[in-house]
Amino acid sequence: MDFVTFGVQLLNAVQYGMVLFLVASGLTLVFGILGVINLAHGAFYMLGAYLAYWIAAYTGSFWLALVGGVIIAFVVGWLLEIVFVRRLYGRDHLAQVLLSFGLILMVDEIRLILFGKDVHSVAPPAFLSGAIQLTDNMSYPVYRLAICVFCLVVAAAIFLVITRTKIGMIVRAGAENREMARVLGIPFDRVNRYVFAVGIALAALGGIVVSPISTVFPGMGDGMLILSFVVVVLGGIGSVAGAAIGALLIGLTDTFGKVFFPSISSILIYVLMAAVLLWCPNGILGRREV
Amino acid sequence: MDQPRTFSSWLIIAVLVVAAIGLPFVVPTYYVQFATKALIMGLLAMALNLAVGHGGLVSLCHAAFFGVAGYMLAILTPKYDPASLWLTLPVAVGTAAFVALVIGALALRTRGVYFIMVTLAFGEMLFYLFHDTKIAGGSDGAYVNTKPEVAIAGYQLLNLEKPIVFYLVVLACLIGTVALIDMLVRSPFGRALAAARDNERRARSLGFPIFRVRLTAFVISGALAGVAGYFAAAQFGFVAPQMLGWHQSATVLVMVLLGGLRSVAGPLVGAIVLMGLEEVLKATTVYWKLVEGLIVVIIVLALPNGVRQLLTLTFGEPAQDKPAAHAVPATTKQPVTEAGHG
Repeated sequence: MDFVTFGVQLLNAVQYGMVLFLVASGLTLVFGILGVINLAHGAFYMLGAYLAYWIAAYTGSFWLALVGGVIIAFVVGWLLEIVFVRRLYGRDHLAQVLLSFGLILMVDEIRLILFGKDVHSVAPPAFLSGAIQLTDNMSYPVYRLAICVFCLVVAAAIFLVITRTKIGMIVRAGAENREMARVLGIPFDRVNRYVFAVGIALAALGGIVVSPISTVFPGMGDGMLILSFVVVVLGGIGSVAGAAIGALLIGLTDTFGKVFFPSISSILIYVLMAAVLLWCPNGILGRREV
Repeated sequence: MDQPRTFSSWLIIAVLVVAAIGLPFVVPTYYVQFATKALIMGLLAMALNLAVGHGGLVSLCHAAFFGVAGYMLAILTPKYDPASLWLTLPVAVGTAAFVALVIGALALRTRGVYFIMVTLAFGEMLFYLFHDTKIAGGSDGAYVNTKPEVAIAGYQLLNLEKPIVFYLVVLACLIGTVALIDMLVRSPFGRALAAARDNERRARSLGFPIFRVRLTAFVISGALAGVAGYFAAAQFGFVAPQMLGWHQSATVLVMVLLGGLRSVAGPLVGAIVLMGLEEVLKATTVYWKLVEGLIVVIIVLALPNGVRQLLTLTFGEPAQDKPAAHAVPATTKQPVTEAGHG
């Protein structure tokens, strides 16, 4: 492998890892703060991509699709929290697994009713299409670079909100010791709703940003769900920084696995996970007890 | 579960068994095949419940054991001749048990929600193993052209190609499984498993080898899932990677919850109810999955203890069940969330 191919693959790995981080951070936020294990996360990733396709097809604007898709997902998450999810706090994980499985069936069928089962693609915004010349003999799609930049901005925003703002303080308090935080008068009913809606919006955002570079198809959420779970397990549940590390590790493993060992590339990720778990069962940045 | 069986409960069991044996002789073949499928899924659900309900280990990879055993039958069956059941069944179940041993040994190092996620990931790993490589047809799956042959010294004992015979063989396996799990749950081994589920720290301090007990339960559970997978592959005459997918695992978990976590045969009831429900929904609406999803959600929210609770709500509580019924909501919470906090 020459230097140029290596560079391109490295960029691909980082870009893939960034999207994974976006989706997995939503999953780990919801789990870390609400204690809810949401298997329907992948379904909202898929829904985001379909919403992007649908809005872009009607308005012709990718930016409207981006903003509109995220807002719709946020509202859907908000409503789901009120109707279903808030009844799950404190219930066992089995109930959460099953409820989110029921949600998957529903979201998937609603997607079928609204958008059909066709495979679609979305055009990237005009000024982000095409490729950029990085060195003399190495060019790279602009849109993929834009994904990297965009995800970095979102990641930075998440970190800033969590570490620097009052909302972040509340969220951290809730993740650390829920009972104590409740006693101190934090209105968790409202906080929970925001957290869940933001989690769903992050999943949808992931689906929206990949819609121009991958096809939009019904089963796309499944693969992403499992990968986000692997990312979260690798990084440690509830740790956003862990999710970032995990996502980059998976991005690198998957991309270079496909280059060097194409036939077993999808298994390599799980080999990596098994190795990490043998070394630290609660993930790289995980706390000891969950 | 703890009380010794009374005469009347034996009578109910006897009536059920006789009814199950008599069923294929009175209904059309389609329903015999449907009943066989329901029994196979019931077998899988009961196997899973040994880990989930009795061991407090919420596994999302049991479809992998189910599928691996099915694939073994597909791989071992020659193109035109039937394979010998005496050879293929032990190999298929042994493979499932071995896979369960490897996954269990790794996954049982983790607790609670990590266990769920890790089993989910390992299950998907096996899914991709069959999906992405050329083993038995890759993503297209493979046919099992003939059902296995049950013969001794060249003389055919049973003809599994006959739906009624196949049904009865599956029924026999199912009854054997019920007896086995019932025996396990009541044995000292089962007590240790339940102790680890209810209060891990206390069980550990009492000196139970928790890891070994859980791993053994997980392997037995995986092997029994393999039995179900073997017969499923034989019945459908087809195996595909979707057999191993996590959707399958989650569906079986729904059956377990529907039937009640603490009972031995409850998941069988759950399987029959869910499959019957799917059959009815498929016949009435195109968007049956939407309704099914809604029903699953409602069941989780309204009936944390499964169908048995529905019966209790409808017919009132039997007198001797009262203390247990009150204790149940607390205990359903324990296996995963409370483990380790003791």
